[in-house]
Amino acid sequence: MELFSDYTLRVVALGSGVLGAAAGALGSFAYLRRQSLVGDALSHAALPGIAVAFLLTGSKAPLTIMLGAALAGWLATLAVGLVVRRSRVPYDSALGMSLAVFFGIGLVLLTVIQKRPDAAQAGLESFLFGQAASLLREDVVAMSALGAACLLLLGLLWKEFKLLSFDSEFASSLGRSVGRLDGLFTLLLVIAVVIGLRTVGVVLMSAMVVAPAAAARQLTDRLAPMVALATAIGVFSGVTGAVLSSLIPRLPTGPTIVLVLSSVVAISLVFAPRRGLLWRWISLGRLAPSAALDPVLMHLYALAQQHPGEPDHGHGIAVLRTMSPAGVDLDQVLENLRSRGLVERVDEGLWAPTAIGRREAERHLASQNETAS
Amino acid sequence: MTAELEILVIAMVTAVAAALPGAYLVLRRTAMVSDAISHAILPGIVVAFFLTEDLNSPLLLIAAAATGVLTVVLIEALIRSRLIPEDASIGIVFPALFSIGVILISRAASDVHLDTDSVLLGELAFAPFHRLTVAGVDLGPAALWSMGTILVLNVGLILLAWKELKLATVDSSLAALLGFQPVVVHYGLMTMVSVTAVGAFDAVGSILVVALMIAPPATAYLLAERLAPMVVVAAVVAAVGAALGWAFALALDVSIAGSIAAASGLLFAAAFLMAPRRGLLAQARRRQGQRLDFAVRMLVVHLFHHEGTPEASEECRVAGLHRHLGWSESWTRRVVGKAAELELVERNGEQVLPTADGRRLADDAVIGFGA
Repeated sequence: MELFSDYTLRVVALGSGVLGAAAGALGSFAYLRRQSLVGDALSHAALPGIAVAFLLTGSKAPLTIMLGAALAGWLATLAVGLVVRRSRVPYDSALGMSLAVFFGIGLVLLTVIQKRPDAAQAGLESFLFGQAASLLREDVVAMSALGAACLLLLGLLWKEFKLLSFDSEFASSLGRSVGRLDGLFTLLLVIAVVIGLRTVGVVLMSAMVVAPAAAARQLTDRLAPMVALATAIGVFSGVTGAVLSSLIPRLPTGPTIVLVLSSVVAISLVFAPRRGLLWRWISLGRLAPSAALDPVLMHLYALAQQHPGEPDHGHGIAVLRTMSPAGVDLDQVLENLRSRGLVERVDEGLWAPTAIGRREAERHLASQNETAS
Repeated sequence: MTAELEILVIAMVTAVAAALPGAYLVLRRTAMVSDAISHAILPGIVVAFFLTEDLNSPLLLIAAAATGVLTVVLIEALIRSRLIPEDASIGIVFPALFSIGVILISRAASDVHLDTDSVLLGELAFAPFHRLTVAGVDLGPAALWSMGTILVLNVGLILLAWKELKLATVDSSLAALLGFQPVVVHYGLMTMVSVTAVGAFDAVGSILVVALMIAPPATAYLLAERLAPMVVVAAVVAAVGAALGWAFALALDVSIAGSIAAASGLLFAAAFLMAPRRGLLAQARRRQGQRLDFAVRMLVVHLFHHEGTPEASEECRVAGLHRHLGWSESWTRRVVGKAAELELVERNGEQVLPTADGRRLADDAVIGFGA
């Protein structure tokens, strides 16, 4: 805890945590709406806004700059929407184009600023690549206020955003103005992105929006837990990244946060229960050897079901043979099943499932019903 | 050649070289992959730079291109796992690779000349200072040679694999069915994109490569209806955009790469507004024409309907038409004028009457509705 008594670190960690929370929560909706790359486009498109805000006001006050950035990002999404609606240019091209063109205009404006005699422009570049170490108390205060406003609005409009994300046509049939909701959501996303520009920079902002949601999505199938998890992952990665980069020299904060986030994504991709790669691999492995055995066990189970109360009632191989496809070596299969304790020989040439075998068969049926439904 | 002219030539060659693979990216709806590749090549460049300590080494190009292809492989592996959708896969992979690049630079390269700014932003103005000299003879800017080579390679590959690229882009299932291996074509295209992005990064910077790869082909997509004209128009638009941006930057002494991106955006905006068939103006004109056409039919049907009935004198009076049809007076005048011009109606004193052509049209229109 001695760590957090360091003033700079406390400010940076707090700022990164706020950013992680806002980006994680809003990113979840963007992720579900297949708008993951909007964050990337917004952050690049914010650059001319930053430059114009500085050119007009001559101030680097965090709120002024953030307002300019947000306006430019907002304009860029409007341009994307217009192009997609009114031409045949596909969505991803429109997004990439507005990202790069706005960024180019921003670069032109930055060179204009650089030529001005007053040296006050120093530090505007920190928005490009992020410079968490230069965060000040007032920055973090502004970030926290905006982040809290974002989360509050998200909470108030929870139901609407949920509807918008899963079934926007249904939403419009309920009389909700989908266009207005969509615009409001984009505005919140713009704010979340703008919060992060100083900390992680335009390039890495994309990961702050996408990665927490992607990791959380692996762990749950429900919206509320997903948003909560994504927020938690965002905060965790932000704070961990900030702490790591302050402990290890020459480790820039933004990229460290992104790598922590990427690791969380990788871990959840591999280890997520019921969905992850490891789970998939194990269940495939379990399925493979049993595939040849299960049918025979199931047949024996089905036959035994016809004699309730007589667990020792056996059935002959001849019966099983008529039920199995040609070419199945029943002697070998039954021997294998017996060695696993699933069936037993009750008499010469007569077989019945054991109690374990009956339980296995019941479980198999239940899992089949589950997949079917 | 003066330094300014050299910059212009480098800019135009780079823009055309980027627009060629870009046309296919736009058509295949994988434009954002260019964004991912152009950022994710950073670690490749850094590692190769550590090994060679030479920013102009060809190894840089190869390593970065390999990283670009690796980026595509990673993105597609994520998509194929069906755990993460396509857009999110892109948004996760390239920041991770980019972060590795930035961390490598700041961990190890604080004393060598390689900074993130130059990779991201590029500086075309410095390009003429890196000369290619062989045996003491100055052969011109190195960037011109590298981008020229890439341009020739791109043109050659596209001509060579024209049919395959076209089929894999337009109908990849059919391409697979015919044995054209769309996967091979896909990775070939991605390699082309990577090599082009790497070649362009120190001239225009990685973010503006995206502008050069997407904006001119998207502009061409609004202007051309077939693939071959689209690719050619994309190349022309790219060259014009580069020249415009260059002139603007020179006049105002601002970032050349930034102005080229802005100029490309401007050209797209112009096409978006004014493209002969697909522009906003053409759309508005077409809608206006349809509206007028429909109104003329309405008018003729109205006149036809009341012709020879007792109230015809009132219903077909010029001065009263706008009331009966619920139109404004000026619009009514315009519609009557248009109908008269088409010889569908004629004036008879205070009355407007359908001509023989007009009656036939109204009859068709009404029967058409009834049927």
